[in-house]
Amino acid sequence: MTKELITGNEVLAKGALAAGALMMTGYPITPTTEMMMYWAQNCAKNPDLKFLQTEDEMSAGFAMIGAILAGTRAFSASAGPGNVLMQDAFSMAENMRLPTVAFIMQRGGPSTGTVIYSQQEVNLTCFGGNGEGLRIVYSTSGLQDLYDYAIKSFNTAWKYRFPTFVLGDGYQSKMLSDVEIYDPKEKNIEIIDAHPYLLNPNKTVDTYINLRNTYNLESELHEVLLNHKKAFRDIMPEVIEYEDIHTLDADIVIFAHGIVAAAAKDAVEMLRAKNIKVGLFRPITLSPFPRDSACQVLKNKKAILIAESSLGQFSRLVLSNLYCPENLRIYEMLEPAVGINSNEISQKVEEILKEMV
Amino acid sequence: MIPENNIPKSWKKEELPHKFCPGCGQSEALKILGYAIDELGIQNKTIYASDIGCSLLSWNMFDVDTIQTHHGRATPVAVGFKHAKPEAVVLAFMGDGGGYAIGAQHLINACMRDDKITIILINNANYAMTGGQMAPTTLLEQITATTPQGRKLADFGLPLHGPEMLSPIASDNAYIARSISNDFWGLLTTFKKAINNQIEGRGFSFVEVLSMCPVNWKTDAQESINFVEKMAEIYPVKEFKIPEGLKC
Repeated sequence: MTKELITGNEVLAKGALAAGALMMTGYPITPTTEMMMYWAQNCAKNPDLKFLQTEDEMSAGFAMIGAILAGTRAFSASAGPGNVLMQDAFSMAENMRLPTVAFIMQRGGPSTGTVIYSQQEVNLTCFGGNGEGLRIVYSTSGLQDLYDYAIKSFNTAWKYRFPTFVLGDGYQSKMLSDVEIYDPKEKNIEIIDAHPYLLNPNKTVDTYINLRNTYNLESELHEVLLNHKKAFRDIMPEVIEYEDIHTLDADIVIFAHGIVAAAAKDAVEMLRAKNIKVGLFRPITLSPFPRDSACQVLKNKKAILIAESSLGQFSRLVLSNLYCPENLRIYEMLEPAVGINSNEISQKVEEILKEMV
Repeated sequence: MIPENNIPKSWKKEELPHKFCPGCGQSEALKILGYAIDELGIQNKTIYASDIGCSLLSWNMFDVDTIQTHHGRATPVAVGFKHAKPEAVVLAFMGDGGGYAIGAQHLINACMRDDKITIILINNANYAMTGGQMAPTTLLEQITATTPQGRKLADFGLPLHGPEMLSPIASDNAYIARSISNDFWGLLTTFKKAINNQIEGRGFSFVEVLSMCPVNWKTDAQESINFVEKMAEIYPVKEFKIPEGLKC
């Protein structure tokens, strides 16, 4: 175990290496490009590692699927318009239960120019493509998270066989911070085996696998989707993660995810120092959403504040999952394409308190 | 090595009859591909990736491991598989839409990178699965569902010549050819060369197959043969790139 001062992109690449990933596919896009450069440098040193720079993100997504079918722990990384293009592949992975792993570092949409603060790819990452949103999405709040969840994402994907995402942003990609780099064995983290879907060396000669994503009858697809949904529901208790900070006695609970949750955490400390009863509920898995725990938190609360660097993508996710008590007041801080700092959040909480008196 | 019952060993018998329309050239091409797989003895180390369009009808046609992908994406799936498992024989099967339109960028870049996969592309001069719309390969003046007055040069340009487009960017290790589905022995030889080029670890291989589509062409048997022969006048049946030392 070592502490290293590195950028988020390097952290993710190191996390993938620690998780035993053997292949990366990708197309350069800010803010994720350095991840690819770091991976390519590692490939030059280690012939077991593979890197495929593709012609676009569709190809990156589908080539990742090809590698996964061969039983290789493969991943990709993208952002913004690249994430849009990769959705075709994620839809295939979702419907065929293929363990894709993608590191999505959000950037301001739709085109180019803003590549640092954004939480505008929540909808796309959780529900993109022509599928039902049966995906596992971890929203990270800092560089240590990036390392921990990069490792975890491969295990989650190969264990549960749903597309798995680490959702960060340009800020986390480019930020330099000290991160604890460890071998998963040091923490007794077992790495789940990757098995080939096709050309399994253990197969008997006479059996052949014909995988498809096409159905002759609507009722066939209907049944497949219901089975997927049931499987997804069954794994939810094992997969769901969240962070709960001082919500028990709080009057106001902030709902935030990702880097905004990191600012909100600081805001809670600042406000608690002034004896203001505020807490933070941070879903780590945006999908599946920690609905039951979030609803529990709301008991006896006066207000919630939903803060995000988007125009309500996270807020819709929160509100569609909550059974809000009748007198609960709901406030929003929706700041698309810009960051939100802890002072702004604490100021907003104090304003809410004044308003409520 | 043609079996007595005329059915390739590598075809999945329990899924017969196949799902292609009567008179379709794709089923003939896939039968010949089956013979090529049999003759090369690669049934247990081959993966076959099909596209969307009529090609998806072959998803369970073979007793080899197969994956049916999305529209235009058979190529990148095949490329990813080959990079992960170079010892596998990786075949990608698609139509002229999948290879020359919606997935054209994948075809061109796989060729440029000299990815050691074998791509088989059916050219039937129309989008057949969706009901006979114009394809990049539709001939000038050919009437389709979306060119009711015939394909006009001024509106849609010239028909795309795939092997001719790929050859200049392909490496000297690439095998690139055009064949025709009603030339049994010629197509069998072409397929075997295109697969051998991969097995021998040489480079990218590509075969365009001119193929009949009587249902969408609205032609009877003789008219279908006439039309595909007319296609062969515009799209010459020949080998465009043959690597040195390639076995037949």
